[in-house]
Amino acid sequence: MTTLLQRKRKRVDDLAGGRSLTQEALRRLRRDPVALTGAAIVGLFVLVAVFAPLIAPYEATQSFPQLQQDLRPGSIPGPQEGFLLGSDQLGRDFFSRLVLASQQTLLVGVLATLIGLVVGMVIGTLAGAFGGWVDTLLMRVTDVLLAIPSLLLAISVAALFASPSQTSVIIAVSIVGVPIFARLLRGSMLAQRDSDHVVAATALGVRRPAVVLRHMLPNAIGPVVVQATLTLATSILDAAALSFLGLGDADPGRAEWGLMLAQAQALLEVRPALALYPAAAIIVIALGFTLLGESLREALDPKGSR
Amino acid sequence: MRSARRLSAAMTAGLLAVTLAACATSERDDGAAGGSGEAGGTLVFGAPGAPDMFDPIFATDGETFRPARQMYDTLITYAQGTSDLAPGLATEWTPNADGTQWTFTLREGVTFHDGTPFDAAAVCFNFDRWFNLDSEAAQSQAIYYTDTFGGYANNLAGGGDPVYNSCAAPEANTAVITLNRNKGAFPAAFGLTSLSISSPTALQQYDADTIEQSGEAFTYSDYANEHPTGTGPFKFESFDRAAGTITLVRNDEYWGEPALLERLIFRVIPDENARRQELQAGTIDGYDLPSPADWEGLEADGNQVLVRPPFNILYLGINQANNPALQDVRVRQAIAFALDREALVQNQLPEGASVATQFMPDTVAGYADDIAPIPYDPERARALLAEAGQSNLTLNFYYPTEVTRPYMPNPTNIFTALSENLRQVGITVNPVAQPWNGGYLDSVNVNGVHDLHIIGWTGDYNDAGNFVGTFFGAAKPEFGFTNDALFGAITAADATVDEAAKDAAYEQVNRDIMAYLPAVPISSSPPAVVVSEAVTGLIPSPLTDERFLTVSKN
Amino acid sequence: MLRFIVRRLLQVIPTLLLLSVLVFAWLRSLPGGPATAFLGDRATPESVANLERVLGLDQPIPVQYVQFLGRVVTGDFGTSTITGEPVLAEIGRALPATIELSIAALVLAVALGIPLGYLAARKRGGPLDVSTVIGTLVGVAVPVFFLGYILKAVFAVELGLFPPSGRQSVAVDATNVTGFAVLDGLLTREFDASLDALSHLVLPAVALATIPLAVITRITRASVLEVLNADFVRTANSKGLTPGTVRGRHVLRNALLPVSTTIGLQVGLLLAGAVLTERVFVWGGIGTLLADAITLRDYPRLQAILLLGALVYVLVNLLVDLSYAIIDPRVRLS
Repeated sequence: MTTLLQRKRKRVDDLAGGRSLTQEALRRLRRDPVALTGAAIVGLFVLVAVFAPLIAPYEATQSFPQLQQDLRPGSIPGPQEGFLLGSDQLGRDFFSRLVLASQQTLLVGVLATLIGLVVGMVIGTLAGAFGGWVDTLLMRVTDVLLAIPSLLLAISVAALFASPSQTSVIIAVSIVGVPIFARLLRGSMLAQRDSDHVVAATALGVRRPAVVLRHMLPNAIGPVVVQATLTLATSILDAAALSFLGLGDADPGRAEWGLMLAQAQALLEVRPALALYPAAAIIVIALGFTLLGESLREALDPKGSR
Repeated sequence: MRSARRLSAAMTAGLLAVTLAACATSERDDGAAGGSGEAGGTLVFGAPGAPDMFDPIFATDGETFRPARQMYDTLITYAQGTSDLAPGLATEWTPNADGTQWTFTLREGVTFHDGTPFDAAAVCFNFDRWFNLDSEAAQSQAIYYTDTFGGYANNLAGGGDPVYNSCAAPEANTAVITLNRNKGAFPAAFGLTSLSISSPTALQQYDADTIEQSGEAFTYSDYANEHPTGTGPFKFESFDRAAGTITLVRNDEYWGEPALLERLIFRVIPDENARRQELQAGTIDGYDLPSPADWEGLEADGNQVLVRPPFNILYLGINQANNPALQDVRVRQAIAFALDREALVQNQLPEGASVATQFMPDTVAGYADDIAPIPYDPERARALLAEAGQSNLTLNFYYPTEVTRPYMPNPTNIFTALSENLRQVGITVNPVAQPWNGGYLDSVNVNGVHDLHIIGWTGDYNDAGNFVGTFFGAAKPEFGFTNDALFGAITAADATVDEAAKDAAYEQVNRDIMAYLPAVPISSSPPAVVVSEAVTGLIPSPLTDERFLTVSKN
Repeated sequence: MLRFIVRRLLQVIPTLLLLSVLVFAWLRSLPGGPATAFLGDRATPESVANLERVLGLDQPIPVQYVQFLGRVVTGDFGTSTITGEPVLAEIGRALPATIELSIAALVLAVALGIPLGYLAARKRGGPLDVSTVIGTLVGVAVPVFFLGYILKAVFAVELGLFPPSGRQSVAVDATNVTGFAVLDGLLTREFDASLDALSHLVLPAVALATIPLAVITRITRASVLEVLNADFVRTANSKGLTPGTVRGRHVLRNALLPVSTTIGLQVGLLLAGAVLTERVFVWGGIGTLLADAITLRDYPRLQAILLLGALVYVLVNLLVDLSYAIIDPRVRLS
C-alpha cells in the first residue's frame, strides 16, 4: 500500500510540476481530436443542463393520469404523443426527467469537486506556504486519506450520516478530492517557493499571505483545472455507486441520473430504457470529462511534447 | 515489489494447500452425486435471508419460520391456503365455558425424528419448557411466546402477567392446558410456528434452553443450531453457512402421507434481482417474494407465480407527538383525502391488491362492511388544511430502504407517489430514508421521531386483535397519542368470549378508529411465491405458511 | 534493527487504540442497533429495551468500550449479531472468497492488459492502438455495478453461458477444504466442482477487472512507448541485434518495471470494486459481510472487520519499511 500511495502521490506531483496553460499548450489542444471530443461532450452537457427547464416539457415530479392509466408494476407505457420517451415507473414524463437530471448530476459533480477543491486548496496552501511541522502534520493526514481507495472512502463517509441526503452524497464524494487537491497545491507552492518571481516579491518586502495569494496561487491554476476536470468524472461515478448501495439521495422524486439508474435497475426487463438511458448518460459524461482532463494533462506535461 | 509479495503469499497458500491435499478427501456421498432418477428428487428454493437458528420458540422472522415449518408440527395448524384452523398434532380441541381451559385430543402413532414417541407428556413438556424459560436471554428472545402468553413462571424482565397456568396429561392422548384468563387469540394462536412441539429427549440431550449472551449477540444451543427435532415431514440435515444453504431430507416415518421430495434445499439469495436471474438460469426451482414488476415476465418464461390471498395491511402512519398540527383531526383527514390510493394500488401494487377501508383485510372476523372508503379529494384536503390553519405544513416523512415486505413490495415507489400527493395539496414533505433494520424501525417504532411513515403488518392468525390490537391497543411511540376510550374498547373486545359479540365489538372498534383516524390505511396486497414449470403442489398461504409436504418436481 | 522493530510495534498500539475508540464511538452513534435489527417488525419499545438490557447495550458507552477491549485483548472479537457465529470464523470463511475473486480479476487484467498495451504501443496510431486507447477510457467510465448487471442479463440469463450469481451450484456437492472453491475441487479431485466454481468466477471477475485492465493497458502502452524511444534501445538496434532480441531483452523487460508497480496499486482498487461486485453477484466475501453488517447494525462484525483491516494495513506498512531498509542501505532506520 505504500507503493499505492507513492504512485498516487507521484501522479499528483507530476501534475503540480507542470507548466501553466500556455498559448502553446492551448494551440496543441485545439488540434487534438481527443481533447475536442471531450470538450464537445462536456460543452453539450453543460448546454443541456443550463437550458434544461426550457427543453423539458414538464416538471420532474409531476405524474400524469394519461400515463398512470396504463401503468402497472410489470408494464410501463412507452413513447406516445406528448411524451417523447414514455412514462417512468411512477407515471412521470421520462424525457423531462432525463433532461432535468443533467442539472442535478452536474450540481452534485460540481459541488463535490468544488468543496474538495476549496478544502484541499486551504490545506495544500497552508502546508506549501508554511512548510515545517504544519506541512508534516497536514501531509500525514492527506496521505492517510490518499491511501484509502476512493470509493471505500466515499462509502465510509456516506455511512456516517444517520440518513442519506443530497448533502451527504456531496460531502462523501467531495472528501475523495481533498487529499488530491491538497497535495497538488502544496507541490505547486513548493515548486515556486524558490522561483525568481517569488524570491523577488519577498525581497521587495511583500508580506507572505500576499505573496501566496497574488504570486503563487495564480500559477497553480493550470494543474488545478486539469485535476478538477478528472475529479468531476470520478465524482459523478462515485455518486452513482453510492445511489446503487442505498447511500444516495433520500428524495427519490429528484431527477438525477445515478438515482434514476439505481431505481430502474430492477426494471431492466420491464423497460430497459429506464436504466439504459441514465446509464448511457453517466458513461458519456464521465467519458467526456476524462477525455478532456487527460488531454489537458498531456498538454501540460513537460514530457508530453514528444 | 508489492505484486511479487502477493505472488509469494499466494504460492505459500498454494503449497500449504498441496500439503493439505494428502488429507483432503472428497466428503461426497456417492449416492447423492447423481441426484436424479429417484422419484421426488431435490428442490432448491431461493430464500431472501438466512434463518437465525432452528428452534421455533426463539424464531421471530419468516426466514427462520420457513425451514421450521417443514420440520415441525403444531397442535393446531391452518388448512393449506387459508387461515382456517385445521387439525395438526391434535385432532380435536375444546375450550371450557369461560375459555380458560383447552382440552386437546392428540394424534396417535406419531414419533419425533429421533424416535421419541409423541404423546400428552411431550406436549406438556414443551409448554412447561416455554413457561419456565429461566434466563433473561431466552425470555427476551421468545418474542411470540411473550406476546401470546404474557409472561413466564419467573419474569426476569420484570412485569409479566402470565396467561399460562399449567398443563396436564390425564391420558396419553389427552393434554389439558389451563390458562389464567381467556384471550381472544386462542385457539388460533396455538397454530403459531413458534409453538411447534419439539422432542423432549432432544431438547434435554442438546441443552435447548442454554442460550448465551456473548458480547452483543446470542449464542444458541446445540439443539437450535444442529439438532432441531420435530415430527414434521422433513428432517434437518445441515446448514452450510458458507454457501448459505439449508438442507432438509424427507422423514420417511412421517405420521401422514410422506413428503414427495427426497431433499429440500433452501438457498439464501438476498438480492431480489439475483433470485429472479437464478430462476431464469434454472439454478433454483423457485423463490419467495418475486417483485410484482417481474410477475408477468416470469409467467411468460413458463414459471408459475402463485399469488397468496392478501392478509396484510399497508398504512401511512401519523405520529401526533412531534408536530401539534397532527393532533387536529382535520389535518389527519386532509392527509387522507390527499392520497390517491386508487392510483397507487393500480400503478404500484400487484393485481389482486385493493384499497383498504380499515386496518384489517376483509377476511378477518370483525371487519366492518359499512365503512366507506376515503375518496381521493385534493380540493377537500386543501380546504381542511386551510380551515385548520395549516396551509404551510411541513412534515418529516420516513420511509425504509433495503427492504421489501409482503405488504410493501417497493417502499421507494410507494413513498414517492404518496409524497407527491401530499405536495400537491401544499404540504411540504421532508423525506428521510433509513435502512429497515439500520435505523428505520428504531426511528418509527421505538423512538417515534417521525411525523409520517409507511409500514404495515401481515397477520399471524385470523384474529381482529392481531391487527387493530397490535396497532392501537395501547399508547405507542409510533403514533404518539393516548385515547383511553379506544384502548378500552379494544381490550374489552379481545376479552369477549362469545364469537358474535366479539365480532360486533371489533366492528365498532373499526368504525371508531376510522373516525379518529390515527393513521391512514392504504392497501392490502397479495405477496407471491414463484416456482418453475416443473414444480407442482405448492399452495400459497395467506399467512405465508407454505408447506413443502405436497410439493413435487418433474 | 530489533529495537527499531519493537519501537515501531509499540507505536502501532496507540494508533490501534485510537482507531478502536473512533470505530466504537461511530458505530454507537449510528441510528438503530442489534436489538431492533433482531426484532424486526415486532420491535416495540419494551421488547427493544429488554433485549438491550440483556445484551448490555443499555450500559454507558465507555463501560461497553472497556468490556469490548477486555474481550479483544483475549482475542475474542465477539459474536455476529446477525448469525450468532464468532466474527473471526465468519471473516476466515469470507476471506478466501474475496481473495479468489480478486486474484481472478487481477490475472485477467494482467493477462490481457500487458499484451494489449504492448501491441498498441508497437503499432502506435494504428487501428488497434486507437481502439485500445478508446477502450481504456470507456472502461473507467462505466459504473461497475451497471456492467455487472448487463453481464448477468446477457451472459447468464439470455445466453445461459454462466451461472448468474453465487460461488458454487447447489447441485454440485462440493467438499470444502481451504475455502478457495476452485482449489478445493482440485485437491479433492472433484474436478466438476472446480469447473463449476470457475464458471461462477468468470462474470464477476470480468466486471471487477475492467478498471484494472484499463489502467494496466494504458500504463503498459505509455511505458513501452517511452522505452522504445530510449537511448539503449536505439543502441541495441544500431548494434544490429535482431528485433526479437531487442524486444524481449530490452524493451519488454524495462517497460514492465512501472507496470508491476501499477499492478500492485490495483489491489486497493480491487478491494473497493469488490464491495459493488460482490453485491451484484451475491458473492459471499468480505464486501458482503461488510455491507450486511452496516445495514443490519452488526456492531461486533463491523468492529472486527475495521480493526483487523487497519491492523493489516499498519503491519504491511511496517514490513514494507523494513524490506526497504534491508534492500537499500541508504535508508536509515531511525
